[in-house]
Amino acid sequence: MTHIREFILFGVLAVLIGILVLWLSPVGTIQILALASAYALIALGLNVQWGYGGLFNFGVMGFLMLGGFGVVFASYPINESFWGSDGPMLLGRAAIAAAFGAVIIIAAAKSEKFGLGKRSRMFALVVAWAVAYIVYRSQIDPAVAYIEGEVEQGFVGGLGLHAIFGWALGGVFAGAVAYVIGKICLGLRTDYLAIATIGIAEIIRALIKNMDWLTRGTLTVSPVPWPVPTQADLAASGLEDLSLITARSMYLVLTLLVIVVIFLLLQRAYYGPWGRMMRAIRDNHIAAGSMGKDVKRRQIEIFVLGAALMGIGGSILTTYVQIFDPGGYQPINHTFIVWVMIIVGGAGNNLGALFGGVFIYIVWTISDPIAEFIFRNLSEFSDGMGWGAIPDVQSRALQMRVFVLGLVITIALRYAPQGLIPERIGGAKAED
Amino acid sequence: MNELIFFVNKVLVSGTVLGSIYALGAVGVTLIFGILRFAHFAHGDMMTMGAFVTFVLASIAASMGIQTFWPTGFIVLPFAMAIAAGLALGIDRAFYQPLRQRGAKPVTLLIASIGVTLMIQGLIRLFWGVEARSFFANEPKDLIRIEVPFEGVRPIVISEPQILLIVTTVIAVVALHLFLTRSRLGKGMRAMADNADLAKVSGINTRQVIRATWVIAGGLACMAGTMLALDVTLKPDLAFNIVLPIFAAAIVGGLGQAYGAIAGGFLIGFAETMAVFNWSILLRPFRQSWPDWLPFPADLSLVPTEYKLTVAFVILVVVLLVRPTGIFKGAST
Repeated sequence: MTHIREFILFGVLAVLIGILVLWLSPVGTIQILALASAYALIALGLNVQWGYGGLFNFGVMGFLMLGGFGVVFASYPINESFWGSDGPMLLGRAAIAAAFGAVIIIAAAKSEKFGLGKRSRMFALVVAWAVAYIVYRSQIDPAVAYIEGEVEQGFVGGLGLHAIFGWALGGVFAGAVAYVIGKICLGLRTDYLAIATIGIAEIIRALIKNMDWLTRGTLTVSPVPWPVPTQADLAASGLEDLSLITARSMYLVLTLLVIVVIFLLLQRAYYGPWGRMMRAIRDNHIAAGSMGKDVKRRQIEIFVLGAALMGIGGSILTTYVQIFDPGGYQPINHTFIVWVMIIVGGAGNNLGALFGGVFIYIVWTISDPIAEFIFRNLSEFSDGMGWGAIPDVQSRALQMRVFVLGLVITIALRYAPQGLIPERIGGAKAED
Repeated sequence: MNELIFFVNKVLVSGTVLGSIYALGAVGVTLIFGILRFAHFAHGDMMTMGAFVTFVLASIAASMGIQTFWPTGFIVLPFAMAIAAGLALGIDRAFYQPLRQRGAKPVTLLIASIGVTLMIQGLIRLFWGVEARSFFANEPKDLIRIEVPFEGVRPIVISEPQILLIVTTVIAVVALHLFLTRSRLGKGMRAMADNADLAKVSGINTRQVIRATWVIAGGLACMAGTMLALDVTLKPDLAFNIVLPIFAAAIVGGLGQAYGAIAGGFLIGFAETMAVFNWSILLRPFRQSWPDWLPFPADLSLVPTEYKLTVAFVILVVVLLVRPTGIFKGAST
């Protein structure tokens, strides 16, 4: 079992980081690394779903948003104005309405036990959904209008807990939603699952963006508290020049700690009986089913696990930038880039996912200044030749990285479909 | 009567316009799925690319001083469609064909199409920036008012690009129908969509069928993108945002079934416009005779406007769960 390839690749990564330290600055590099480690965690989550389980999740963005919302809800200071108003009572009524709706929908779904035929069950289900929707809207609409209009800040606020709890809650939210999605969708064929998850992620985005009473929507929430002392705290306690680098380093150490723990646990699980069972289900779920494995339940399990990791990663991202902006989430930056990470890194290999996560994030970040540098020179060149300068150099250069991302995917698929660090099975490389 | 006209303007006209765009896009998606067996996510950006090709040609035509009764973008559309079809063939040659020949799984092709999406988007923004452009910078965008034969009633308003869109959609659908049912190549396409191996052993030139598929899909994508850009404005994310409703339309109609995709497109288009329409407007004429004990509803729209696109996704997910083969299972083609 040789690990030369891994050593070389991680060596390249270390050299790349060294260049960044010299070229940018230590402070800037730590920022990139902190965000890159959050993405590495998200890539691990997708690797669990796609690499271990073969589940095609194109809704990564939705889980990142749920994670971001989770950390805001847990760690943002308590909004006294909301808890002292009629808001909780109105929301309680809406919750009761929602529970009532859920009960009648479940009753309709189980109505064959009351002796209803297939057609009348379908009819009962549709009616139940309609009634539940009307009842819920009749209660939630006044509550929303009240909270958005009367309460200070216009939303329910947070729970004022420590940010670490927020990360955990982000994972729990993402996992819980993934459970529901998994229950509904995991029976679908691969490409249908891809389309369904994209659709669901867009629904989650629309909800979080427009439920101003809960998430403050496009008004954005900031500042989201840090789990470690921030620069301002450190500066106040006497660390003048070193406050920024110390604060960011502490944050980076914390995220690295989270990643190391999760990585070790995942590796143990992967090389244990659980991991072998998952690969068996991925490679041939019919055979695995005939060996007595509960395929559907295991797939839901792995979907929830991966989504929870994505949620934690998403909350780490939100905490770091200290602002939760639902309008800032885009499929390119939050879904497709994660796919590039595990395709380049190597699906089915946790080291590959980590490598891909950090490497692609760095490439994504630095391709912007590099493209701008090239464009400025091109612009000066064409200006010097009398062809005129290129207008809007900066915004155009920014778009280059989208192109680079697409190029990387297609090249990787064509020339290294296994990724740079392919999946290892029993010490040998996988055949396909 | 004014309320009814409002309904026609807001629901019938915009539903038809939206439905035509979705239908044109969904036909391409569904043909590619039927022949090549993968979900082609780059289709939205092929629409945008087609619109930009048209824009370039229209600018060239305008600089040559060509001015007609029709919008210039519409005049150059056939040439743009030919170029877009060529580009689609080139994309297939460069990115999908090598993967196909390696025997890659459909999922790999799907991921590759995401890569193609990103590349097209990057290139478009690189060359044209991110701002919105209009095809009607130098010529007027005619609004056509259809008077209704009643006193004091507002006219039905429809713009010239919208009429052109609906007419071209009808023509494209009829042409596609004739192609699929009458021509040798079209019959070959249907055969290959049904069973690729069987089509191959019965002597159908599958490579030619694949090329024809890309030509048709690229041309229709260019048409849809251009008509959309004529109706609204030309932006780099013009069609990326509607690629999911298009997929919803294709799936609702049953992936691989051209007629289903057309029906699905109109179904999704009307569902979106009807879901956000405020139905209480239709109740206003009865306000005088409205019973006192019942409060007059001010807002009867099914979902708030900001959730308009979500309607398509909900329909998509529900159809996938309840009837994954689409509602037109068993239709021919």
